[in-house]
Amino acid sequence: MSRPIKNIIRFALFILVQVFVLFQMNPLHQFIVPYIYFLYILWLPFNMPRIGLTFMGFLFGLTLDYFTKTPGLHATPCTLIAYLRPFLINILIRQEGADQNYKSPSITSMGWAPYATYIIIFTLIHNGYLVFLEWLEFGNIWFFFGKVLATTGITLLLILITELLFFRKEKFRTNTA
Amino acid sequence: MGVANELTGRIGERYNNIEYYFHLKKTNESLAKENEVLLNRLKENFDAPDSTARIVTDSVRLDTLENFRKFLYRSARIINNSLSLQNNYITIHRGEKQGVTRDMGVVSANGFVGTVVNTSENFAVVMSLFNRQSNVSARLKKTGEIGKVQWDGESVDYITMVNVPKSVQVAKGDTIVTSGYSLTFPYGIPIGIVLSIIDDKSSNFYTLKIKPTTNFFNVQYVNVIENLQKNEQKTLEEASRKNQ
Repeated sequence: MSRPIKNIIRFALFILVQVFVLFQMNPLHQFIVPYIYFLYILWLPFNMPRIGLTFMGFLFGLTLDYFTKTPGLHATPCTLIAYLRPFLINILIRQEGADQNYKSPSITSMGWAPYATYIIIFTLIHNGYLVFLEWLEFGNIWFFFGKVLATTGITLLLILITELLFFRKEKFRTNTA
Repeated sequence: MGVANELTGRIGERYNNIEYYFHLKKTNESLAKENEVLLNRLKENFDAPDSTARIVTDSVRLDTLENFRKFLYRSARIINNSLSLQNNYITIHRGEKQGVTRDMGVVSANGFVGTVVNTSENFAVVMSLFNRQSNVSARLKKTGEIGKVQWDGESVDYITMVNVPKSVQVAKGDTIVTSGYSLTFPYGIPIGIVLSIIDDKSSNFYTLKIKPTTNFFNVQYVNVIENLQKNEQKTLEEASRKNQ
């Protein structure tokens, strides 16, 4: 399957899973909201230009917002992590040129430790910014810290399960072949 | 927002068509119960002995122009309902074309559900009780004191009623109903049952924890209430406010 089609299918799947599975579950606690949809942005290919990536993040977040009737709440953190993604990848990449040899960020292309750092940092940024926006509307400081920590915990667990279930094999690309 | 409503509404409808079957039994039960309540209200059930001479109103006077009707109910099906966010909304499959406009009230067979906040051609979005922005004027059924029902976002097991003066004799299990002061709801629609009373020593008001009478986890059908005399009351109230 070609890469754009794969990404379009992923787009729909992530939105549908988030809206009709994760948001439909009865909440365990006020602080625990399982988020996984933004993994889509973290899985986008390396070679996307920053403008395109940022726009994609905005569009993706806005789509989810229309389902939850909160225009802007999810679009804002998505745009932020899509914009910041290239910076962090440049710092974390294992060896020179790995972003040219592989297509998209994964365990095989980046290595366990850098990939885990990449996921943890962006989960924290996403949840932190999202809860910050909610916190501006209501709640106190404990709401902010408690929700960021609890939500990040459950999100990381979900991402780990997803990575193990859907292990993405990345082909090593060279220009000699 | 209108176009997006239509789109997400259509997808939600597909999803609900499947989910619907899992709740059929519960829906049936609540409809049967509602029927029982309505049957008990029939005029035939109240029979006065022949010896008394009193004038009985045969039925509500209803002329062709419906001058006396204040509230009109329209049924609708819920196609999307979330409880996991801080601002939760419900989508119903009835919109502008079917007579739903903003600020109409929504009730289920068992009680209060919410208020319509946004409409498109065929769908409408309802702000449910479990929304941080929801603010419902309510009163204690027994004594009639007015208060406000809100949600503090903590748990979907209960909502809270604030501004209840401490002079009120309130007990666990008391019923909270709509106050009739708002333009959207008639008096006496049940909102919830008092779970516990929080006695804040630093204020003159109680905070009541309330369990909603509507089960938001399995509610499938609701009624949208239109207030036919709304405009008259609204115009009058606004005009008197301007005169001050």
